[in-house]
Amino acid sequence: MTDSKYFTTTKKGEIFELKAELNSDKKEKKKEAVKKVIASMTTGKDVSALFPDVVNCMQTDNLELKKLVYLYLMNYAKSQPDMAIMAVNTFVKDCEDPNPLIRALAVRTMGCIRVDKITEYLCEPLRKCLKDEDPYVRKTAAVCVAKLHDINAQLVEDQGFLDTLKDLISDSNPMVVANAVAALSEIAESHPSSNLLDLNPQSINKLLTALNECTEWGQIFILDCLANYTPKDDREAQSICERVTPRLSHANSAVVLSAVKVLMKFMEMLSKDLDYYGTLLKKLAPPLVTLLSAEPELQYVALRNINLIVQKRPEILKHEMKVFFVKYNDPIYVKLEKLDIMIRLASQANIAQVLAELKEYATEVDVDFVRKAVRAIGRCAIKVEQSAERCVSTLLDLIQTKVNYVVQEAIVVIKDIFRKYPNKYESVIATLCENLDSLDEPEARAAMIWIVGEYAERIDNADELLESFLEGFHDESTQVQLQLLTAIVKLFLKKPTETQELVQQVLSLATQDSDNPDLRDRGYIYWRLLSTDPVAAKEVVLAEKPLISEETDLIEPTLLDELICYIGTLASVYHKPPSAFVEGGRGVVHKSLPPRTASSESAESPETAPTGAPPGEQPDVIPAQGDLLGDLLNLDLGPPVSGPPLATSSVQMGAVDLLGGGLDSLIGGTNFVAPPTAAVPANLGAPIGSGLSDLFDLTSGVGTLSGSYVAPKAVWLPAMKAKGLEISGTFTRQVGSISMDLQLTNKALQVMTDFAIQFNRNSFGLAPAAPLQVHAPLSPNQTVEISLPLSTVGSVMKMEPLNNLQVAVKNNIDVFYFSTLYPLHILFVEDGKMDRQMFLATWKDIPNENEAQFQIRDCPLNAEAASSKLQSSNIFTVAKRNVEGQDMLYQSLKLTNGIWVLAELRIQPGNPSCTLSLKCRAPEVSQHVYQAYETILKN
Amino acid sequence: MIGGLFIYNHKGEVLISRVYRDDIGRNAVDAFRVNVIHARQQVRSPVTNIARTSFFHVKRSNIWLAAVTKQNVNAAMVFEFLYKMCDVMAAYFGKISEENIKNNFVLIYELLDEILDFGYPQNSETGALKTFITQQGIKSQHQTKEEQSQITSQVTGQIGWRREGIKYRRNELFLDVLESVNLLMSPQGQVLSAHVSGRVVMKSYLSGMPECKFGMNDKIVIEKQGKGIADETSKSGKQSIAIDDCTFHQCVRLSKFDSERSISFIPPDGEFELMRYRTTKDIILPFRVIPLVREVGRTKLEVKVVIKSNFKPSLLAQKIEVRIPTPLNTSGVQVICMKGKAKYKASENAIVWKIKRMAGMKESQISAEIELLPTNDKKKWARPPISMNFEVPFAPSGLKVRYLKVFEPKLNYSDHDVIKWVRYIGRSGIYETRC
Repeated sequence: MTDSKYFTTTKKGEIFELKAELNSDKKEKKKEAVKKVIASMTTGKDVSALFPDVVNCMQTDNLELKKLVYLYLMNYAKSQPDMAIMAVNTFVKDCEDPNPLIRALAVRTMGCIRVDKITEYLCEPLRKCLKDEDPYVRKTAAVCVAKLHDINAQLVEDQGFLDTLKDLISDSNPMVVANAVAALSEIAESHPSSNLLDLNPQSINKLLTALNECTEWGQIFILDCLANYTPKDDREAQSICERVTPRLSHANSAVVLSAVKVLMKFMEMLSKDLDYYGTLLKKLAPPLVTLLSAEPELQYVALRNINLIVQKRPEILKHEMKVFFVKYNDPIYVKLEKLDIMIRLASQANIAQVLAELKEYATEVDVDFVRKAVRAIGRCAIKVEQSAERCVSTLLDLIQTKVNYVVQEAIVVIKDIFRKYPNKYESVIATLCENLDSLDEPEARAAMIWIVGEYAERIDNADELLESFLEGFHDESTQVQLQLLTAIVKLFLKKPTETQELVQQVLSLATQDSDNPDLRDRGYIYWRLLSTDPVAAKEVVLAEKPLISEETDLIEPTLLDELICYIGTLASVYHKPPSAFVEGGRGVVHKSLPPRTASSESAESPETAPTGAPPGEQPDVIPAQGDLLGDLLNLDLGPPVSGPPLATSSVQMGAVDLLGGGLDSLIGGTNFVAPPTAAVPANLGAPIGSGLSDLFDLTSGVGTLSGSYVAPKAVWLPAMKAKGLEISGTFTRQVGSISMDLQLTNKALQVMTDFAIQFNRNSFGLAPAAPLQVHAPLSPNQTVEISLPLSTVGSVMKMEPLNNLQVAVKNNIDVFYFSTLYPLHILFVEDGKMDRQMFLATWKDIPNENEAQFQIRDCPLNAEAASSKLQSSNIFTVAKRNVEGQDMLYQSLKLTNGIWVLAELRIQPGNPSCTLSLKCRAPEVSQHVYQAYETILKN
Repeated sequence: MIGGLFIYNHKGEVLISRVYRDDIGRNAVDAFRVNVIHARQQVRSPVTNIARTSFFHVKRSNIWLAAVTKQNVNAAMVFEFLYKMCDVMAAYFGKISEENIKNNFVLIYELLDEILDFGYPQNSETGALKTFITQQGIKSQHQTKEEQSQITSQVTGQIGWRREGIKYRRNELFLDVLESVNLLMSPQGQVLSAHVSGRVVMKSYLSGMPECKFGMNDKIVIEKQGKGIADETSKSGKQSIAIDDCTFHQCVRLSKFDSERSISFIPPDGEFELMRYRTTKDIILPFRVIPLVREVGRTKLEVKVVIKSNFKPSLLAQKIEVRIPTPLNTSGVQVICMKGKAKYKASENAIVWKIKRMAGMKESQISAEIELLPTNDKKKWARPPISMNFEVPFAPSGLKVRYLKVFEPKLNYSDHDVIKWVRYIGRSGIYETRC
């Protein structure tokens, strides 16, 4: 007997015939008919008209038939809710059946019928089944609670099913535990605030025990749940890790990846000096490599995850380059991912091998893959200086192949190599120029034009070359147009005599004949620069270019940390946070890695405690997604009282911030921005950057005994820019809490009310810990002083400069924006004293490139005084030494985000200036730490 | 979790469609067909996101299996589940083909109902499933209460893969060490990468609930034991192998392996894969391929390939096949080989050279002249690597089974009564030499 015949009935009047068969007396015939119905349903035919007839077949002892009817019910119950009620009785009866398989089947199916009236009847049977003597029924009932919650969350809470579900976590049967964990995790996801999965050391212990005993799938549920837990200290983290590591040898790749997730997350809490930390690192590599021998689809998932792991902890796989070599028969998606990881792992030690491979790949068939391989060669040149020469010659070989897309890709990367190693490989320009005509992709054309412009003085016919591009100017893409404009201006500045006509031509093309605002603006800027001050123009256009970074396509660190928490899941495959692809509230809770807390200091570090709270509890002050300006503008505006002309000024302010300082200096002092200098009281004498008052150069100040140095208040928002509201303020840190002391003055003629404040994302996650409390309305000419407590658990985004803080303040009149720089020492935490041994080890461990040296002048302090002064601002002296009459202070400090900064302060008695050397893994903070030192020492 | 599961034939017609979650609508079935199965381009990823719905797919011959979700699910788990589902279906009705799926669609729906609940994978061990999902219709009426509770406790229990009360007159077990040796060699004979991925497959017919312990010449274990007897270490030290990593069937107690590196388990009845492992050090490469390709003008290629066998002369390799790729514009090929048969296969763009048997430490050679059609295709021929297939009766990693002890305290048979068979087979994995 074959069932495939059911798929082939295409007669007319089929429904009518089926109806007759369904009502037949013969059991066999009935069953045949139901099978036909299901087959039609599968192929997408609408057989809902048969609902009553099919439901009539439900009362049967034939389990196969029963299951088929149930399948039909699950599909069509929603469209026929009234008729579905007919089935309730059978379900309720089946839930009492002596056979556990039938009881489970009934409760399983009932939960899939999304009809309100049926769910009401489901409650009683479900309650019984949750306490059934048979584990098979209990494990099915546990999942059913999640189903019911999806239909009617309130009902589940009211009926107390959640508590029963929690009890099941202590069930004796491991599968029941696993399903209960899965159900609870899912329910908890839709209620991020509820403390449903109340994980504590006891319940964790139970889960870890069940982990050893349950099915592979159950192990995944439990591990995924464990990953949401934050251990209270490093000892607990280590003991959990120890019990999770055996899972790395499981045959199921998903178990392995989920275990990796738990380990990667908890490792964050372990000190790098622990022996165990090193052991763990070693244990992680082999299972990750083994994942690459799985089926291709799983390899793909594994590779996407390895890509994240390599960025987070490069040391794990640094010796495993070979396993990422591409095999000829790998599917293209595996090939591309392997290539990505190869570039990340490339280093001086393995570069020869890597290059040989890449050259091999560049001759493959798949265009995307070949392009990526060529690009990878360029990346290697930039990453490993020793290999640059070989990379360039390899690229030249590839250009000789004349394969169009290879040539274009090679030119794009050679441009980057020129940027990285100026004046080294320009001899190849001639070869590049030969291929000018074959370039048809905008990126390659733009790269070539850049090269011609940049090295115009060495290319004899540069003007001809650029002129040839100019003919079809309007047909080019924006990228090429912009590049051409810049290149010709460069050429003009280098060879002004011969190219005047050319530059005129391009400027008029860009400004008069183009409707692209970017192009027009750039054209005008060049035009004015050239016409007003050619010397300045030279300085701007031919300025020394900043170095390009070695690594590209790196995932932004906060996103990376978040993705590490999602190892194994879709988010890690897409490299996007769940909120980017999941609809609604589900699964969009922002996750972050736990901070490192040693057991000894966990109690007395108040500022790390909030970060350590379960991810679900993070205050969601600023939405995690969205662009920079959007965040600030999204602030609830309240009743729009403002008049139009004033409103635009605030928008302009925002726009300037977006453009950054670069453009400001180009157009400084034009009608575009009102120079903010005027707004700052003259006696402060602070040099003004792009509209920001610099707090550090203040020469007077009052120190407080119990806290860090506090700068006097400075005007942040002048009244004329904020419709009469003047805001001045400063930052303080006292016994572990940071606050922003604000002084609001109403200089308008109108009463101000409804104050609110919001920060944009910033480098250290500063965010208001409480709303802005202005109790009474602020009447004209009145001033209030407010201390706004701040936390450091807000969203993080790297700002330029690092300590820039963009603030929006709202009142009944409008929303105002300003930005300010906060002194870094408010972020120095109280437990920043490093152990002497650790200090030594860390100092050695940080590469010398990260060391920065500064001079602090006019600071006639002796070592003692300096040390005590710094200590009050949480810069701790770890050791002191006297070398040849100089006092050396070795100091440590820690920032709220866990970054350690080590310092060596050299003080020479009698010499008013002292030398400060800073070492830190994040060298970008050094400049700001230096400023903090200077501020503290001089006040 | 998984919101729905669809099976399509190669034309994109739905054979099976099971929806588990309310957020997956009927249109998801069509979205996958239109965007993936009927897509013009080659598949660029096994995970596709279409309008905020994610599709995971695997292909078995020309059948597409797709899992659908709208949540941030565990992607590795979804793929593992899809593979598992293929295994379960294969265990029930053999090859996964359109015909078989249509013939067994009721059974498949029944299985899908059991192994996936609300999108959460449940027990999917065929051993357990076969006790209560049968092709002959359920005999629920005839089961006794004990039988029923035995089924449920097996499905949910700690040892979900084995039922109690199994009896054999003859206790027997077979161990197969199956290795696939992978190689990528440069034209100059330099090993670019080589590794062995091995599996230990066990087929057991043992009574009761036997406790088994498996031992092999794992370097870590040997060295640990060898500390006492220095003599033996020096003897066996050479024979022990360094295992890079291994994974085990879920019956193996992982925590015990982690702490003591001992492999102990209660096996499922019948055949199962006990462990997988990978080694990269001291691999015996059974064959070496020495290619020589010469371009004679624009219309002719001369190829000479020598293969050398590199193992004990007393052993015989079988099913040897060397595949030499030829350019797309090949018009004719002339081959001369000393041993076996060689043929140019135009449809596969390759010369296939087959040798039935070859002893160790021997050498054989093939030479071919390839005539090319003149083309104006600028792109150079990519020269795919020469690949090889073979089977040898030893383990290229050097792995040796030292013991497999069986204890069954409740029944009256001992380790000595069990008849044990061990077999080693080394096969080629991706065994390529660039030319």
